[in-house]
Amino acid sequence: MKKTALLALLALSALLASNAGSAVAEEGKSLTDRLYDDYGIEMLGFAETRWGARLVDDENEDTLSIGEARAQLELTRFFDSFTLQFKGDLLADAVTEELDADIRGLNVAFRPSDVLDVKIGRMVSTWGTGDLVFINDMFPKDWQSFFTGRDDEYLKQASNSLRIGFFLGEYTIDVVYTPRFQGSEFVSGERLSYFHPGAGQIVGQNMIMADDKPDEYFKDDETSVRLSKRFGGVETALYAYTGFWQEPEGMDAGTGKAVYPRLNVWGASARSPLLGGIGNIEIGYYDSFDDDDGLNPFVRPSEYRLLVGFERELAHELTGGFQYYLEAIDAYDNYEQTVAPGMEARDEYRQMLTMRLTKLMMQQTLTLSLFAYYSPTDNDGYIRPKFKYKITDNWQVDGGFNLFFGEDEHTFWGRFQDNTNAFVGVRYSF
Amino acid sequence: MKKTIITVCSLFALLTTPVMAENLNVEEIANKANLAAYYAGNDGKATVNMTITDSQGRERTREFIILRKDIQDGGKQLFYVYFKKPSDVSKMVFMVHKNVTSDDDRWMYLPALDLVKRIAASDKRTSFVGSNFMYEDVSGRNLSEDTRELVGSNNTHYLIKNTPKKPDDVEFSSYTVQIDKKTFLPVKAVYLDKNGKEYRIVEATKVEDIDGIPTVIESKVTDLAARSHTVSKFSKVKYNIGLKENIFTERYLRRPPREARR
Repeated sequence: MKKTALLALLALSALLASNAGSAVAEEGKSLTDRLYDDYGIEMLGFAETRWGARLVDDENEDTLSIGEARAQLELTRFFDSFTLQFKGDLLADAVTEELDADIRGLNVAFRPSDVLDVKIGRMVSTWGTGDLVFINDMFPKDWQSFFTGRDDEYLKQASNSLRIGFFLGEYTIDVVYTPRFQGSEFVSGERLSYFHPGAGQIVGQNMIMADDKPDEYFKDDETSVRLSKRFGGVETALYAYTGFWQEPEGMDAGTGKAVYPRLNVWGASARSPLLGGIGNIEIGYYDSFDDDDGLNPFVRPSEYRLLVGFERELAHELTGGFQYYLEAIDAYDNYEQTVAPGMEARDEYRQMLTMRLTKLMMQQTLTLSLFAYYSPTDNDGYIRPKFKYKITDNWQVDGGFNLFFGEDEHTFWGRFQDNTNAFVGVRYSF
Repeated sequence: MKKTIITVCSLFALLTTPVMAENLNVEEIANKANLAAYYAGNDGKATVNMTITDSQGRERTREFIILRKDIQDGGKQLFYVYFKKPSDVSKMVFMVHKNVTSDDDRWMYLPALDLVKRIAASDKRTSFVGSNFMYEDVSGRNLSEDTRELVGSNNTHYLIKNTPKKPDDVEFSSYTVQIDKKTFLPVKAVYLDKNGKEYRIVEATKVEDIDGIPTVIESKVTDLAARSHTVSKFSKVKYNIGLKENIFTERYLRRPPREARR
């Protein structure tokens, strides 16, 4: 069965690539150009195939960490008073043996007045100052995609939302309202293994996490608000979020299912040129208000979060970025009491350092990059070396490693340590 | 009516400058060249098609629309660059607030992630979008970075030698610029490496009059050392289109203005 799926995938990969190739030149004018010239529709897209393998034995997971063929099509039409956008992926997945469609954008954007921007539909949203560390960005993510080597684009999931920007002089207020909670794609055991505190060991497909997601429209909704202003070169912002933990950080004692406790987040950030680079600071308070001041053993306790970062050019075509991140559990004494005997309590302070190095070579056609997370308090981390080579304007090959390590199995990165993998992808863009 | 006045004025300027020119000192010439090359009109836009050819003859192309607004002539400027090709960078936006007395502010918008990224602007002597053009070729090198010397002058051109005040910050030892006496456009710059050998040439290969403003519509950078070159063609050039200052803000990174799309 699996073999057939693999063969089908390979065939599809080849087909996608060749189809994309032939779409390019037809009587000297590409399909893209004809769509644009005749109908005002901008078309973009790519076809790619991506494969990866686990480098560590994990009896509960496949050796294949990623195996897929993907095609993305993006269509945009600008009208006088509004813009329509569609962006969708078709995916043949050899790990789950499924065909999948993922709409990453389907929205209309318009400007009802000079001080107002509105976007309705399916869209990706991002804000905050962190580099692959998010405090006030509560929009849905997909770390599973990231951990298996999909393009960075897939770290962000699209959600069905209403986004409004108010531009009032020097102040900007952005509101993103999502009528039905979506949540992030989390590591559930299906594709990647994780440490299960109840089982006391790393589990995978033998123990896929069952979750119960709040899904009632307008009741289980989420609202993100940002107020931003520039002071000269310094960009500042205040944030508020009301909704749920993005991952199932709670447990229903009755059903044993993972649940998403309610969450409010309050935060602030600043970003500015500093010492020839860019410095940023961001803080947040995660008010997990169903945690009974930390006494509820089934809900993740409230936390303070802090991020300080700095990025600058270190040498010619070499950029370095460094961040310090702190997570402090609020009312830690209460939390400690709730930890069941035999379970590992989290530290009151979890500290993490990140480093990014990016080197451009060969007239910027080759990008070598390294992103590393390391926690000195948990003694665990995640390292992501990557290369990307643009063979031509259309063809690109990339690859890298996702290396997880940890002294213990129960810590944030340590729980993923059996997922260390290598991946490679080939993409044709049109 | 206003346009006629502008045209008449520039015509007048064109007629009078050569006469006055002989009395200019090197700093005045450099200032005028800086204004002619980078500050034409109060604002402007152009579609840029770049062809990058490497040492093996392989070509890559870039297409983008560039919007510019001057806050002050010879001073602060705002740039908005909207990428169209190749497709993997399409819809990305690069925005610069060029400051004369402090580092530039730079942003990059990545639409796939809806990410507004701020970029450190320390090294301006790096390649712009993988071409042989450098950031400084696109937005202009700050006049205060070099000392200048008028090394030659004939009927049509001035020749100015520029020496960096901080030689360790740049990859060249000096460069010599030929400036057209009529238009004050720099038409050729030759860069010498640390050994005094020619290694890089920036040329204005085609100049046209647009709205009465002498405009470079094709330029070429040759890297003699790497044996590669880039040709930039500027089309749909327009000046004084009334670009608003708020176009150059995060709001318009997320939603490109009409001016940037066509």
